[in-house]
Amino acid sequence: MSEVILQVNHLSKSFGKNEVLKDIDFSVKKGDVTSIIGSSGSGKSTLLRCVNLLETPTSGEIIYRGQNIETLKGGQSEYRSHVGMVFQSFNLFANMSVLKNCVIGQTKVLGKTKDEAQAEAMKFLEKVGMAPYINAKPHQLSGGQKQRVAIARALAMNPDVLLFDEPTSALDPEMVGEVLSVMQDLAAEGMTMLVVTHEMAFAKDVSNRVIYMNKGVICEDGTPEQIFGNPQKQETKDFLARFRSLSE
Amino acid sequence: MNKFTALYADMIKTWEGHSAQYLNGVVSTLSLAFVATVIGCIIGLVCGILQTIPYSKKDNPFKKAVLWLIRIIIRIYVEVFRGTPMVLQAMFVYFAIPYFTNNTVRLDVIPTAYLVVSINTGAYMAETVRGGILSIDPGQTEGAKAIGMNHLQTMLYVILPQTIKNIIPQIGNNFIINIKDTSVMFIIGYTELFAAHKAIVGAKYVYFPSSVITMILYLALTVIASIILRWWEDLMDGPDNFDVATTDTLALTSGTYNYRGDKKKKKREKQQIDANTEREEKNE
Ligand SMILES: Nc1ncnc2c1ncn2[C@@H]1O[C@H](COP(=O)(O)OP(=O)(O)OP(=O)(O)O)[C@@H](O)[C@H]1O
Ligand SMILES: [Mg+2]
Repeated sequence: MSEVILQVNHLSKSFGKNEVLKDIDFSVKKGDVTSIIGSSGSGKSTLLRCVNLLETPTSGEIIYRGQNIETLKGGQSEYRSHVGMVFQSFNLFANMSVLKNCVIGQTKVLGKTKDEAQAEAMKFLEKVGMAPYINAKPHQLSGGQKQRVAIARALAMNPDVLLFDEPTSALDPEMVGEVLSVMQDLAAEGMTMLVVTHEMAFAKDVSNRVIYMNKGVICEDGTPEQIFGNPQKQETKDFLARFRSLSE
Repeated sequence: MNKFTALYADMIKTWEGHSAQYLNGVVSTLSLAFVATVIGCIIGLVCGILQTIPYSKKDNPFKKAVLWLIRIIIRIYVEVFRGTPMVLQAMFVYFAIPYFTNNTVRLDVIPTAYLVVSINTGAYMAETVRGGILSIDPGQTEGAKAIGMNHLQTMLYVILPQTIKNIIPQIGNNFIINIKDTSVMFIIGYTELFAAHKAIVGAKYVYFPSSVITMILYLALTVIASIILRWWEDLMDGPDNFDVATTDTLALTSGTYNYRGDKKKKKREKQQIDANTEREEKNE
C-alpha cells in the first residue's frame, strides 16, 4: 500500500449560514489521480481551496504526511509550497515573464539560487512545451499556453500533490487538448493529482479514482469503472445521465 | 498691436533685470515639488501597505487591535490633510512648534515647506495606493499564496510592482499639482517661483509682464513634466514583443512573435512607410 499524502477528516465549511461542505472525509495516496465531479455549486472548488488553505475550514482537520497542518512548523506558507495549485483563471503573475513566473517561488520560498531555479524552471517549461516563450509576458499568451505555464510554475516547486480546479474550463475548445495532454503525461509519470473537472473523458480514462460531490457531501467515491459503469446512488445516475444528454 | 509690442519689451526688460531670481525660483519650486512627491509616494506606499494587511477572525486579538488602530490613525491622517488647505497646514506646522515651546524651538522655513508638501502628498497617495492594491485581481494573490509566498513576499514581488505601474499616472498628477501648489509656501516665506514673482513686482511696478513670465515658466515646467511622465509610463509598459527562444523545433519561423498584431509597432512601421513614400514623391 502506498503512502497517504493527504488525509481530510470531518472537514466542514460555511459561508455565513450557508453550509457549503458538510463533514468531508477522504484521503489521497501517493500516485493517485483523483477526479472530483459534480454539478455547479456542489462545493468542489471550495473543497480544493480548503485543502490548500485558500479558504479556512470552519471545522475538521487536514493531515499532511501524518502531521496536522495546524501544527506544521513552517506554517501555512510552508505547507502550501508542498501542495501545488492550478487555477481555472491561470493566475500567472502579470508583472513577470514566463520564466520569472516559474523561478520566483523557487528562489524566494525554497531559497534556491537563481541558476538552480532557472535550470529547474526550464526543465518543466520544456516538458509543457513552453520553453520557446520564456521571455513572454502572460498577456501575450493564449489561454492554453498560460495554463501550461501555470502547470510548469506549480511543478517547479516540486510539490507532493497538485490540485487542479477546472483547468480547462476557461479555454477555447481547441486549446483544451493541449492542457489535458500535459496532465495526462503527468499522471503517467506518477504525479499525485486531485482534479476538479467537467471533462468526463479525463475522469474516466486518466484518473484511477472518481469522487462525485453533491450538495456539499461526497456522494459516491470509487474507481472510474464503478462510478461510470455501475453507479450505486440515484444522484450519481441522474448527474451522469444529464451529462450524457448534454454531450449528445 | 502696440500694446503687445510694449508688453514684449517690458517682459524682456523684467527678465533681463531679474532672470537670476526667476531661475532660483524655478529651481526651488522644482526641487520642492520633486522631493515632496517622492517622499509623499513613500508615505503613501507605507500607509497603503499597512492599511491592506489582511486579518481573519482567527488571528489573535492583539494583532487585530494593532491593525485596527493603524487603520484608524491613517484614516484620520488622510482626512485631516486632504480636508484642509495646504496653505493653512504650512502655517499650522510653522507656528505650532514655537507656540508650544515659547519660541525656543523653531523649524526653519525650508524644512517646514518640505515637510508640509510631503505629508500633504502622502495623504493623497495613501488613498491612491490603497485603491491600487485593492484593484489588483485577487487571483494574483491566490497564485502567490499557492506557491507558498507569505503576505510580505506576495506584496513585494507580485502586488506592489503591479500597483506602482498602475498608479504612475496618479504619481505624475501629484507631481504636476505640487509644481503649482508649492506656490502657497510663500506664506511662510519659502522663496519658490511664485515668491520670486511677488518679490520682483514688489520691487518694481511690473505686475502684468512679470505675471506673464511666471505663467510661462510654470507652464513650461508642467508640460515638460508631463512629457517625461509619459515616457516613464511607456518604459514601464515594457516591450510589445518578445523573442521566441529559437533552436527549439516549436519555434516560429521569424525571430519575433507578435501576438494579436501589436498596434504600436504597426503604427511605427506605417509611419516609416508613409515618410518614405512622401520623400519619394518629393524627389520626383
Ligand atoms: N467566498 C464565498 N462566499 C460565500 N459563498 C461562497 C463563496 N465561495 C463559494 N460560495 C458558495 O459555495 C457554494 C459552492 O461553491 P463552489 O465554488 O465550491 O462550487 P463548485 O462545485 O466549484 O461549482 P462550479 O462547478 O460552478 O465551479 C456555492 O453555493 C457558492 O455560492
Ligand atoms: Mg468551481
